Amino acid sequence: MMDIIPTQFIVIFVGLLAIMTFIAVNALILVYLERKVAGFIQRRPGPYEVGPQGILQPVADGVKLLGKQIFTPKGADSKLYWLAPIISITPAIVCFVVIPFGPFLQVINSNVGLILILAFTGINVLAICVAGWTSQNKYSLIGAARDISQGVAYEIPLLLSILPLIFMTGTLNLYEIVIAQGAWPWQWFIASQPLAFFIFFICSLAEANRTPFDLPEGESELTAGFHTDYAGMGFGLFFFAEYTYMTVASCIVAILFLGGFQGPIASGWWWFLAKVYVLLLIMIWIRWTFPRVRFDQLLNICWKWLIPLAVLNLLLTLGVIAIC
Amino acid sequence: MNLDLRLNTSGDFYSQKFQTTKRDDTLILNMGPQHPSTHGVLRVLLEIDGEYILRAEPVLGYIHRMHEKMAEVMTYPQYLPNPPRTDYLHAMAWNWAHVAAVERLMDIQVPERAEYLRVITCELNRICSHLLWWGSYIMDLGASTPFMYAFHNRERIQDSLQRITGSRLTYCYYRFGGVYCDIDDKFISEIREICNWMKERAKMYKDLVTDNFILRKRVEEIGEISLETCRKYGATGPVLRGSGLAYDVRRDEPYSVYDRFDFNVPSYDNCDAMGRYLVRMDEIQESIKIIEQALDSLPEGDHIHPKAPKRPKPPAGDVYFALEGARGKIGLNLVSDGGKSPYRIKLRAPGFSNLSLFAEVAQGTMIADAVSILGSLDLVIPEIDR
Repeated sequence: MMDIIPTQFIVIFVGLLAIMTFIAVNALILVYLERKVAGFIQRRPGPYEVGPQGILQPVADGVKLLGKQIFTPKGADSKLYWLAPIISITPAIVCFVVIPFGPFLQVINSNVGLILILAFTGINVLAICVAGWTSQNKYSLIGAARDISQGVAYEIPLLLSILPLIFMTGTLNLYEIVIAQGAWPWQWFIASQPLAFFIFFICSLAEANRTPFDLPEGESELTAGFHTDYAGMGFGLFFFAEYTYMTVASCIVAILFLGGFQGPIASGWWWFLAKVYVLLLIMIWIRWTFPRVRFDQLLNICWKWLIPLAVLNLLLTLGVIAIC
Repeated sequence: MNLDLRLNTSGDFYSQKFQTTKRDDTLILNMGPQHPSTHGVLRVLLEIDGEYILRAEPVLGYIHRMHEKMAEVMTYPQYLPNPPRTDYLHAMAWNWAHVAAVERLMDIQVPERAEYLRVITCELNRICSHLLWWGSYIMDLGASTPFMYAFHNRERIQDSLQRITGSRLTYCYYRFGGVYCDIDDKFISEIREICNWMKERAKMYKDLVTDNFILRKRVEEIGEISLETCRKYGATGPVLRGSGLAYDVRRDEPYSVYDRFDFNVPSYDNCDAMGRYLVRMDEIQESIKIIEQALDSLPEGDHIHPKAPKRPKPPAGDVYFALEGARGKIGLNLVSDGGKSPYRIKLRAPGFSNLSLFAEVAQGTMIADAVSILGSLDLVIPEIDR
């Protein structure tokens, strides 16, 4: 009987279950972290009533969202309307399949791991487009239109900034990219490719719709942007997806530029998680200290600065590789 | 010529005037009355082409409470709490306008100490108003942290004022012929401490917020209001001073004891949202200067005229009193027929004139800029609708 089911299938099934557990717990931690850090920056305690030091607050939030009425606005295409949050969250889960958490903690060691992640994160734009279009709400529509042009524009420097790394390592396999870097910080790619790191980090902020690039949901202009009409778990899934994409982005930055699971002493998954959470904390820090950019400024940053810089960086790297 | 004066009740302003002239390829966006950045119940109709605004039209009337009509059926002391409720952020100034108009009509001499107390509390309230504007304006631009710092400052001022006046927001501290009660030494030392603290804070605000790169990009050269436009619509206050004309009622038509204090009237001639922003930030410092001078030279004496009438019955006549509020020139025109209640009261709200120029200024800007311009005008909708 066991012979009928391939081993690979069982590995993926167990792996997906583990990943879903991880991102659910991670989302709870991030919600708590976000609120506590916001509280610290804004000189207030943050959540502290529910559970010791308020650590049960994210659970309470989740229960509240689950208990809300499932409401579809008048005139909305109800099937597509409820499909959008699901389209948003599913690719985010798949992305984790190829991420090497530790030397032996990886579901699939794929040769096209990097391409797979970049392809799946791009699907989020479709989800937001569907959400904005089917909501029958002008704010949602403008938010979706903003997200599409933002997503398309920032995909380009995102890809251009990691091309030098691919040329340097000659592989798209994330595990091999990690191994190509050493254990010490000066052996990581952030030391040899600081510009690429900078561009990639900014682009991943924009791709994950985080402040200062949170224009699709720009609260003070578009009330809530593309998820204005979503209530309960519809909103909850978008929220969940945003945190998951943040985590995916931090994971890729940690793998590509910060040596993944390798560390000066005792390499392992703990190093990887430490790096990911430091990056997530930086993202939260940025969110609570910067105002939002304007839409034309957002596109100007991309087309006038990030893309030329990324191309320049690519050419320089290629030149150095050709000479050596 | 259309001589049918019956009110057209089919639809509202939107369907009667705005939608009928819409272009085919544009979208009409109804911003408000419930919208995070219209602060209260302002409704702005926007005709947009993509992100650009082709037409903007503010629609009022969602919070009309008939404050002017109420005056005609109330006695003078009964009407005391009403003017502060029109502009709840600078309540002292409205309270003052009402009280001073009655005093001018009845020729009541206000004791010197009372005038000083009025100046101190009015300026403290002005600082509160500017701080709240500052926090919420930065919030409109997408950063929510400065809001908490502004409220921290404001909270301490309110705590001090609460002990003296009994309220935290809609103050009703002034009475005909003086103020409600005297201040004590604790209040003076608290205010001195707050003034010093505010001066230190101002540096931090400048470094962390005003000089922020993204913020400057969002306010500089946005919403340019020429002096001509200001004159056309009768804009006053920081909007006018941000356009280069240093007109301040406190200095140009001095009332009370303002002519005894040394203060500057900040003005910037870059005409943009940054100009208005800087004017308000400077005004906080100027108000601190006035408060400190007033505390230094606070005279002894009564806090209220001993023979001030509890139930004034002004002689028949017409009087106008204007003063500088946080948003501009506040005016109160009082007509009395010698009875217990006013014959007619007309309030001049600076916010109304300032909002009127929005339709012209917002044309051709982006949605995010319109929010920035709307915020930089510092609108308090209950004051505009009254």
